[in-house]
Amino acid sequence: MAKQEKDPVSGVETTGHEWDGIKELNNPVPRWWLYIFYVCCAWSLVYWVLYPAWPMGTWHTAGILGWTQRVEVEQKIADAKKAQSGFTDRIASSSLDDIRKAPDLLNFALAGGKAAFGVNCVPCHGAGGQGNPGFPNLADDKWLWGGTLADIYTTIKHGIRATDDAETRPGVAMPAWATDSAPAKLTAAQISDVADYVLSLSTKTADAAGATRGAPIFAENCAACHGDKAQGNQDMGAPALSDGIWLYGGDKKTLVETISKGRAGVMPSWTKRLDDPTIKQLAVYVHELGGGK
Amino acid sequence: MTELAATPGAAPQTGQYADKYIRYFSVAAVFWVIIGMTMGVYIASELAFPALNLGLEWTSFGRLRPVHTSGVVFAFGGSALFATSFYVVQRTCRARVWGGEGVMGFLFWGYQAFILMAASGYVMGITQGKEYAEPEWYADLWLTVVWVTYIAAFVGTLAKRKEPHIYVANWFFLGFMITVALLHLGNNVNVPVSLLGAKSYSVVSGVQSAMVQWWYGHNAVGFFLTAGFLGIMYYFVPKQAERPVYSYRLSIVHFWSLIFMYIWAGPHHLHYTSLPDWTQTLGMTFSVMLWMPSWGGMFNGIMTLSGAWDKLRTDPIIRFLVTSIAFYGMSTFEGPLMAVKPVNALSHYTDWTVGHVHSGALGWVAFVSFGALYHMIPKLWKRERLYSLRLVSLHFWLATIGIILYICAMWVSGIMQGLMWRAYDAQGFLQYSFVETVAAMHPFYEIRALGGLFYLSGALIMAYNVYRTIKGDVRTEKPYVTGPVAVAA
Repeated sequence: MAKQEKDPVSGVETTGHEWDGIKELNNPVPRWWLYIFYVCCAWSLVYWVLYPAWPMGTWHTAGILGWTQRVEVEQKIADAKKAQSGFTDRIASSSLDDIRKAPDLLNFALAGGKAAFGVNCVPCHGAGGQGNPGFPNLADDKWLWGGTLADIYTTIKHGIRATDDAETRPGVAMPAWATDSAPAKLTAAQISDVADYVLSLSTKTADAAGATRGAPIFAENCAACHGDKAQGNQDMGAPALSDGIWLYGGDKKTLVETISKGRAGVMPSWTKRLDDPTIKQLAVYVHELGGGK
Repeated sequence: MTELAATPGAAPQTGQYADKYIRYFSVAAVFWVIIGMTMGVYIASELAFPALNLGLEWTSFGRLRPVHTSGVVFAFGGSALFATSFYVVQRTCRARVWGGEGVMGFLFWGYQAFILMAASGYVMGITQGKEYAEPEWYADLWLTVVWVTYIAAFVGTLAKRKEPHIYVANWFFLGFMITVALLHLGNNVNVPVSLLGAKSYSVVSGVQSAMVQWWYGHNAVGFFLTAGFLGIMYYFVPKQAERPVYSYRLSIVHFWSLIFMYIWAGPHHLHYTSLPDWTQTLGMTFSVMLWMPSWGGMFNGIMTLSGAWDKLRTDPIIRFLVTSIAFYGMSTFEGPLMAVKPVNALSHYTDWTVGHVHSGALGWVAFVSFGALYHMIPKLWKRERLYSLRLVSLHFWLATIGIILYICAMWVSGIMQGLMWRAYDAQGFLQYSFVETVAAMHPFYEIRALGGLFYLSGALIMAYNVYRTIKGDVRTEKPYVTGPVAVAA
């Protein structure tokens, strides 16, 4: 029925069919195409024999190598732990000070601390520990909760106001002074004056009149935690207000917001997420960022 | 049959075919490509400059990303497939669409309504959370009605054919339609929370849900974006080149092997997850065996041009078609490669995957569609020729530069990202933190957005060219000179 003809360009016969002017040549399937296809199929067959492959109802062919993904990943993790065990075992049994004094341990702890810091701490505290609004700078020598190795270790281990850790640092949450829940509710004018007073402790451009009015309000309401000279109190986590370092921002607007609404920063407890040697390495790393006591 | 075959390929009579809504679908394809790619450029810019999220939920990356993917794949690609499949099936069957303009009108407005239902949901945060299957149950049900009608109209047209055999392009179109129907039904077995609410929950959960999703997701690529567009290739390449298809036998072998192999390859999206080992093995090996079935289409397409290679110089539409086949070949080699587990261990979750998808979507799917639209539009509106071939050429070069910028940036960024994730220092600790990898990728995100901008500007030129063609204008321009053609005896 079909009318075969020769294509004048290639000299190959057509199949004799035509659709809307389209014809098809009767070229064979290319050899290279077939051979590569066969090789791919043969490779797959071999792979099926070696590895888990075909489902058989309630079981599957396991493959003669006995390989499974779970065993492989467990093995790799075990190998990696073993490769580091010389150091991690010593870190586990050494005090923080001893780690700092042994050069090889210190070197290892700094490398491990850097890696753990990059994964766990950077999102809040920044790549170099420089901090972000609400998340303290860890590279300077001012500390909210103490800057000794032991302090840093405790902070990381148990977090700040972490609800899932009984040993967390509760500190004292700063009240929202513009609300009824405050020990003594302050008016907007009083809050503005206190803010001026606090600003005057570290800058010369603060509103002097406001600062004068704010001083007694500060002494009455704020000094209990922040100290008579606003020097701060690490037991409560109350920051110093006289050093020009601001956790949430040192402009008047932010200060008014802080005083009005209160603050209570939170850091997770890492007890359940990181093993103890890692927390020790982190403590050493953060201590060495620049400001350890 | 013998009687019918006596006049194969007879010239179609005017008004013989139901072309009105094919014209609509063609315009819709041009419209959606611009919307979809504008979205793409915008969200690429958001990745480079997050401030462009504008701090609004409706314009955040997470909501606009499905608008981009659905806009390009389903709105643009879908409209192009509707237009070309009905254009091709009528002409290669010498039969008017089953159901005529009535069914065609329902399909056009029904499908556009589905797109609007889906996209409006995305922006409002209504999503199933399944990649490429984000529309919620109400849109899914509506699409089912439209899709079943699509299959009925297509099969009905095949049944009415006046040609003795079904042309290869129609096998691919039909394979695409039937499989997409199965995928759509399989991956959207959900229970709505309430009849008046948008939310629904999947019947399967956990790793089974993931497997069903990627059985769907991979075959959306395999059947929507590959089989369907191979249908386009099998008609428009020989038509535009005016050459016979290289090998009928290869087309049969690679069609059936492609259809059989593709459906198994989905698990390669879930390597090294909680998916059982045996499932991962099958996904990987079938992906590797899929390499040649995919390349059969490339070889058949490229070799169809033998004897017509000189047209590359004089016909920018052929350039689109040939380059699309080249990108098809490249991404169907890259795909099996990335499905091999050790390669996947590096590439998975990185920008390499994004680059791979775009070499297929921009280079293959969109280029072959552009070629088909440029071929089809003058004929659909009975214009002598396109408004401007020079503008087609400009579109081609802008788009090609755009793809190269895009995929090279993603290769570098993706492989760098994968290497940084797995880098250990001498003491066995991870060398880089995640944020360091993000910072390292920033310049490549900028290059990617620039590449997208090139590509989008080409599409805008196409829209202008199409508009002037439909208007009936012909640009006065230097014609492409046909060189001396060697004709074999």
